[in-house]
Amino acid sequence: MTKHLEETLQEKIAHIKQGGDAKYHEKLKEQNKLFVRDRLKLLFDDEFMVEDGLFANVMAGDLPADGVVTAIGKVNGQTVCVMANDSTVKAGSWGSRTVEKIIRIQETAEKMRVPLIYLVDSAGARITDQLEMFPGRRGAGRIFYNQVKLSGKIPQVCILFGPSAAGGAYIPAFCDIVIMVDKNASMYLGSPRMAEMVIGEKVSLEELGGARMHCSVSGCGDVLAANEEEAIQSARTYLSFFPANYSEQPPLQAAKAPIETAKDITTIVPENQNAAFNMHDLIQSLVDADSFFEIKKLFAQELITGLARLDGKPVGIIANQPRVKGGVLFVDSADKAARFITLCDAFGIPLLFLADVPGFMIGTAVERAGIIRHGAKMISAMAEATVPKISVIVRKAYGAGLYAMASSAFEPDACIALPGAQIAVMGPEAAVNAVYSNKIQAIEDPAERQAFIQEKRKEYQEDIDLYLLASNLIVDAIVPPSGLRHDLISRYEIYKGKRQVFSDRKHPVYPV
Amino acid sequence: MKQVAANMAGTVISVLVQPGDTISEGQDVIVLESMKMEVPVQSMEAGKVVEVKANIGDFVNDGDIIVVLE
Repeated sequence: MTKHLEETLQEKIAHIKQGGDAKYHEKLKEQNKLFVRDRLKLLFDDEFMVEDGLFANVMAGDLPADGVVTAIGKVNGQTVCVMANDSTVKAGSWGSRTVEKIIRIQETAEKMRVPLIYLVDSAGARITDQLEMFPGRRGAGRIFYNQVKLSGKIPQVCILFGPSAAGGAYIPAFCDIVIMVDKNASMYLGSPRMAEMVIGEKVSLEELGGARMHCSVSGCGDVLAANEEEAIQSARTYLSFFPANYSEQPPLQAAKAPIETAKDITTIVPENQNAAFNMHDLIQSLVDADSFFEIKKLFAQELITGLARLDGKPVGIIANQPRVKGGVLFVDSADKAARFITLCDAFGIPLLFLADVPGFMIGTAVERAGIIRHGAKMISAMAEATVPKISVIVRKAYGAGLYAMASSAFEPDACIALPGAQIAVMGPEAAVNAVYSNKIQAIEDPAERQAFIQEKRKEYQEDIDLYLLASNLIVDAIVPPSGLRHDLISRYEIYKGKRQVFSDRKHPVYPV
Repeated sequence: MKQVAANMAGTVISVLVQPGDTISEGQDVIVLESMKMEVPVQSMEAGKVVEVKANIGDFVNDGDIIVVLE
């Protein structure tokens, strides 16, 4: 008897694992998409996989696994939980059991204290099933409630392969990182059809909520991948920097020297404070070869954020990029920094600030966009971070830009400077103009006026001389550029024992 | 038609391309001075320059078209 029962079971399992009808598999191929179970094969290290809820909605007959695979497997040797939409089953839409399965895998991840990965490709709720899956205690709302609760406890990663529509768009929004497949992934609250019907706007899906738009304009996407394989590999690489949960240490790898083509720092950073240079060159000269994983590469490029390894140990880098918009901090760059700092601090990844910043942007456009509260958000996140944090003043740090880049007053473990660094309320040109504006105007002879300006600038330079600042203990060290990597490695080795409790209050009133 | 727009408000201090030039993606086309910094503006696309709309000394705003490509 058992033999015949086993055969029946095996048939049912095989059938369910095939997903939806052949025509929907054909459609996947046309869209350059992989079947959900092939995605899981690429994501996991090997065959090891435990799946629950395979028989969800089996009685319906045509809804295999109710359109979602929930499983546990290994990524980089670490156990992880996964929920993965199956777009061959009713376009990956959510019924009541779909929602229940997602909630359960979240609960499992919470109990196991392991990362949770969301492979999203879903048309959203099945409106016909709304009573069962939308409004109740264990309706879709609970998925988002759980995501918020899990945030900062375990890493939550979203890979977006297709649409993530309406309420479903909040799954990526509550994840730590969103990796989007170019051309196929999209996020939106209202579809183009709805936008035309409700507000009269005519727009394409790509313009409205495409992957490239979200990764470069809205900031809802963190990594733009060329295809599904690249997206899944990005998630694996990203997770290699993270511990299973907030109470464990980030994983270490073998130390590597910087890439061979790394330039000498003295040739990267120009002496002229106003000239542009590429901060990526400096990052490459400091970090282990091929270890830099950039986050939000296409968004607010005047600030670089990314994970890397220094001597095999993970570090989160926040660096001004003078090559883009002069490295000035804007609304979006402040927002980008705040988010990244919070991510690293949540999971014990030390922070490295590389400062070369003329300040926050000024003018009507940014004031109207609320640059003050966005700047406050960055400063608040940075101040509250208790992981080891080092601020390196690479060339200049003016005004609130100095504060935002973790300078002395914000309890970095060290604020160190490269020779040639300038730290001031503002640069010499602006300062002399601000203080002596009336006097300058009053001098009629142009040559005499210029001489006066030059003299005052020189005096100002002397006031902000780096050795004077070091003498007054404003910077903790002036480090030779050739020794910067070594100095940072030594310092992080020392600071790893740091234990700091920022405050015993419930939480701050976030300036967002 | 492809265009290159200023990415922040500032004053044009040098123009690096002229009509007829073929430029590559990511190439600097103009340098602005803004916030006392020299800010190179890159083209997001490759192409042939048809028109340069900004002259040295001009004030440009974020989003203003500075170079038109074929």
